Amino acid sequence: MADKDVILEVRDLKKYFKSPTGTLHAVDGVNFSIRRGETLGLVGESGCGKSTIGRLILGLHQATSGEILFNGQDICKMNKQQLHDLRKDLQIIFQDPFSSLNPRMSIGEIIGEPLRIHGKVHSRTELDKEVSRLMDVVGLSARLFNAYPHELDGGRRQRVGIARALSLKPQFIVCDEPVSSLDVSIQAQVLNLLKDLQAEFHLTYLFITHDLSVVKFFSDKIAVMYLGQLVETADSAELFRQPMHPYSQALLSAIPIPSSRQKMQRVKLIGELQSPIDPEPGCRFAKRCLYAQEGCTGRDLALRGFGNGHFCACCRAGALHEPSISE
Amino acid sequence: MTGKVKNKNKKKSQAAAVWRRLKKNKMAVLGLIILAIIIFFAVFADVFFDYETLVIQQNASLKLQPPSAEHWLGTDEVGRDILARIVHGARISLPVAFATIAIATVVGGLLGAIAGYGSRRVDDVIMRVMDIFLAIPSILLSIALVSAMGTSVTNMMLAISISNIPPFARIVRSAVLTIKNEEYIEAARAIGASDKRIILKHILPNCMAPIIVQATLSIAGSILAIASLSFIGLGISPPTPEWGSMVSTGRQYFRAAWWVCAFPGLAIMLTILSLNLLGDGLRDALDPKLKN
Repeated sequence: MADKDVILEVRDLKKYFKSPTGTLHAVDGVNFSIRRGETLGLVGESGCGKSTIGRLILGLHQATSGEILFNGQDICKMNKQQLHDLRKDLQIIFQDPFSSLNPRMSIGEIIGEPLRIHGKVHSRTELDKEVSRLMDVVGLSARLFNAYPHELDGGRRQRVGIARALSLKPQFIVCDEPVSSLDVSIQAQVLNLLKDLQAEFHLTYLFITHDLSVVKFFSDKIAVMYLGQLVETADSAELFRQPMHPYSQALLSAIPIPSSRQKMQRVKLIGELQSPIDPEPGCRFAKRCLYAQEGCTGRDLALRGFGNGHFCACCRAGALHEPSISE
Repeated sequence: MTGKVKNKNKKKSQAAAVWRRLKKNKMAVLGLIILAIIIFFAVFADVFFDYETLVIQQNASLKLQPPSAEHWLGTDEVGRDILARIVHGARISLPVAFATIAIATVVGGLLGAIAGYGSRRVDDVIMRVMDIFLAIPSILLSIALVSAMGTSVTNMMLAISISNIPPFARIVRSAVLTIKNEEYIEAARAIGASDKRIILKHILPNCMAPIIVQATLSIAGSILAIASLSFIGLGISPPTPEWGSMVSTGRQYFRAAWWVCAFPGLAIMLTILSLNLLGDGLRDALDPKLKN
């Protein structure tokens, strides 16, 4: 990976949804950047706004405020034509391969559709050839060309979704929990495929997931999200070695250890996820945090640097990481 | 090279797959056969029955004859052969009914799709207009439209089409509302598909089932609406054979001569039955999930 320039930068991104009971803060002031050829793992529990960030980056939702710079251009300010052209460079793989493929279209049609829309091919022959090549790349057998999605298993369906995303030769792919609805054995196959494709086509991934073991295998950097905000970002190895935020610590402690001798030291969280509707200022994790004190609420907390590219939003982060998670 | 061969196979195989699945459905095949027979007789009506002498010419001495070897289905109140009039009537009733429902399906379907897919405001405007049309009884609406536009077969067709548009718009809209939140619609947007493409390629093919059912059922309504309009003199004028008007005039003699009313009614029923059977079969055959 020769060029380490920033391909995507998100600045103070906010997305609020209006709901009958108030304003839902789905994404609330998120900052991060991804360098070309790298993978950023975005981790968090359901409903914390991970997928919304993915949709915002693709221009599928309109951001409330903030900037998303892709190769220096702000996606939020693009018009329809610019967004259309952007699709060639920016693609998405969806979570559920059972609902993300049109049941009335054959596999060949699904994979070929982006090529037709963007006028990448000029004849049926060329189209079929390109689709066959893509099917080969993602490991789908050629006989499935005329098959329909319902005839395929989850893993193959997800390969179709990957082929569709790859068809326009994008630079950047948002993977929105691409393996969370697959069997474990198939998860590994799909993850390996994504990894091979990254090396082959020099792709950059935003990898959204709630599965930490997947992220460890897959990401260069990790961003932990809680209720619309990032609470910690760090290099993958660094985060697993030394999580600073109490929430990250709790998340990491929940990973099963495949050993009979080592005992798991779980940090158990009490209480439920707070409502993202009109949240109070201050650390959103405070109500469930084991270490919460007075200073945690009342004012919003920004990410603070702790060296080594490690950022954490906890106001007690420096003091807390001493006792470590095995306390 | 192989690409070309494959592509040809594919186009063929898709239509062939639909046909193969339709063939397996015995009731659909039955519907298709009945419909084919009706259309066959309608097309070659002149070969079997001469229009002037058998269908139009009145013959008082033969009036209200029961079915016999000479007149298989009997004769009407002015001595015309009912079978001949039914066969010739198919040439009027079928095309008019098909055309009105075709217009209503296309226009209503597109309006419904736009209402369901478009913004809140577009939806409100279209559906409120549809509500206005729905508030007026459809037969009254047709009468008003025909009297406003002038009496002719074209205007009658237009009037019936228009009064059939709102139910289509409603049905398609509700189908679109459920489908537009599917992830594959978002996927289509993510690859840059235009709204037109999403509606035509992704949404409408997935809501074919209710559209087909509604269309086949409405054809029956359309035949009856033509009859009603003809009956009050706003559609097809009397000497022309037309199923609906044959039923309505035959009604007067029903106690003495049931055949005048019953056989045209039977023709309408058979047509509708065949269309419903075929429609049901087609709906299933078009769904790739119900393969083989």
